Amino acid sequence: MKNLMEHMGVEPGRLQFSWISSAEATKFVDVVKQVTEKVKELGPNEKFIKKTVKVA
Amino acid sequence: MDAYITKIKAISERLLKDGTVEAVIGFREGTLPTMSEPCFIKRSDDVKDLVWNANCRINLANYLTNRKEKIAIVAKGCDSRNIVNHIIENKIKRDQLFIIGVPCKGMNDKDTGALQDNCATCTHRNPVIYDELAGDLVEEQTGVDKYADVKKVEAMTTDEKWAFFNNLYASCTRCYACRNACPLCYCPTCFVDESKPQWVGKGEDPIDVRTYHFLRAYHCAGRCTDCGSCEAACPQNIKVRQLTKKLEKDCAELFGWEAGLTLDKRPPLDTFSIDDPNDFIK
Ligand code: SF4
Ligand code: SF4
Repeated sequence: MKNLMEHMGVEPGRLQFSWISSAEATKFVDVVKQVTEKVKELGPNEKFIKKTVKVA
Repeated sequence: MDAYITKIKAISERLLKDGTVEAVIGFREGTLPTMSEPCFIKRSDDVKDLVWNANCRINLANYLTNRKEKIAIVAKGCDSRNIVNHIIENKIKRDQLFIIGVPCKGMNDKDTGALQDNCATCTHRNPVIYDELAGDLVEEQTGVDKYADVKKVEAMTTDEKWAFFNNLYASCTRCYACRNACPLCYCPTCFVDESKPQWVGKGEDPIDVRTYHFLRAYHCAGRCTDCGSCEAACPQNIKVRQLTKKLEKDCAELFGWEAGLTLDKRPPLDTFSIDDPNDFIK
């Protein structure tokens, strides 16, 4: 899935996987931090997003 | 080819006459030039309609899904691999089938007349499973690079890849011929047709088109035999195998897997093995 997303031009890092048990609070916090950092680096998703007409 | 069809007709006639099968799935002359069309032959008198030529591109395994009767089916290398898939996925039973194997030297592209892209790099021209052959086995191709086009895309930058696929699918009309021609796509209601919930928009918005193609390909992961039926069916001549081939390559590299070669092994995406690669999980 990750390979194919990246193959069609979604930035590596936009899609991330992790396996965290409900008892692993610290791992959860770490992963969230890492993901946030990585995604901030990439900036907003401009590609795989559907532009819908906004009706005010 | 002439020898093949004589044999196919003879076998079909025999099977229908002696009641071994109720129907034969094969090809007859199509309504358009360079397009032979799939057909069901149920009476031995109609066996004369069967044809065999370089326009028999469509994968006949597609017509086996959930059939209850005994059936004979004409099968090239790729069709036979999709028959194996169908048996593994419980869509048909082996003992319902009489497989008329046809060793194949490739089908012609419907427009250019040259050898079809997938046939040019095919390494399973001979049927992997059959009850009777319509001709002598042919020599398999070796040393072909099956994934040259995938590698080209892999070498691109992220933005180039995005643009490449935008371009590729630009003329797609969402007719779903590619899905319908594929033997793997047998769900009673395809995700694109669902409306509650609606998983993906139904129009030609480029993101919806891409979502369709991405998910169609992903549903074929570890199952696609690169038979080329999808591409041959596309009225817009879109190279829809680009994504399925990437998955085929990944399956070969990650799991050492090629789809539809044996009845004895479960496909990689429906089994768990302790050695499954999992570097993508943090
Ligand atoms: S997705 Fe694969 S198995 Fe299905 S029609 Fe296309 S090439 Fe054949
Ligand atoms: S057959 Fe071609 S035009 Fe039709 S949905 Fe598939 S890619 Fe699009």
